Amino acid sequence: MASTIPERDGQRADSRVSMNDLVVSREVVVGMPQGLHARPADLLTREARKWQSRIELLKNVQRVDGKSILEVLTLAAEAGTRLVVEATGPDAREALEAIGGLFDRNFNEQEN
Amino acid sequence: MKFSDFVATNAIRSHVDAHTKEGVIREMAQSLVEAGNIAASDLESIVKAIMKREDLGSTGIGRGVAVPHTKHPSVSRLVGTVAVSHDGVDFESLDGEPVQLFFLLVSPPDRPGDHLRALENISRQLRDETFCRQLKAARGPVDIQHLLEEADSHGVAS
Repeated sequence: MASTIPERDGQRADSRVSMNDLVVSREVVVGMPQGLHARPADLLTREARKWQSRIELLKNVQRVDGKSILEVLTLAAEAGTRLVVEATGPDAREALEAIGGLFDRNFNEQEN
Repeated sequence: MKFSDFVATNAIRSHVDAHTKEGVIREMAQSLVEAGNIAASDLESIVKAIMKREDLGSTGIGRGVAVPHTKHPSVSRLVGTVAVSHDGVDFESLDGEPVQLFFLLVSPPDRPGDHLRALENISRQLRDETFCRQLKAARGPVDIQHLLEEADSHGVAS
């Protein structure tokens, strides 16, 4: 279930984000036995780039740009890893739903 | 994981001759055979498996870098090598740019974590554009080896 936190003036010290932008986030679990390897990372960043919102992935204290495959691969997220996907921008809700869906479907990976 | 944990030093190539995706992959796999990291009898099967993986989506991840890889039962530990093409090769990369820098990985089927940590190391180091540029400009395998060693000593071991 996505939580929606409307941005308010002064709530967040981030110049890239307009105060009218939505910030939504949800937890996802890496369900693929091979982890978040190159192919799902490619699918993830392709989906993320379709949206205007900034997409970030958080693993503990690590925060990476969800639109950059190089950054996503630095998560080295193995099977079972819990990540938070955060979307910030005018289409944040839709973006989060699309990206969360990829994790929910295990990126359509076949067991191999 | 560091480069030294998986890069076969003797298989590093600073000038690949091939101008096609399969040609580069074959040349790199052959260099792993010559370095004694994979058996000559497994060469064809490994090249085929890497090409099959490429069919699922190019491992050309942008910035002129590709990470062709496969799992293969013939290896008991992750082995890899690095190669540079000065002309660049069309790898059907995600950003459409030709690839000059290649990291080829062959990993045991039961060790997905090692593969992920090698990808993590490669992608983390390649975020440094200077490192990327220096690798592409390397004139000999020893230059590449030194750049990897330097990156290993600066990077955070994980």
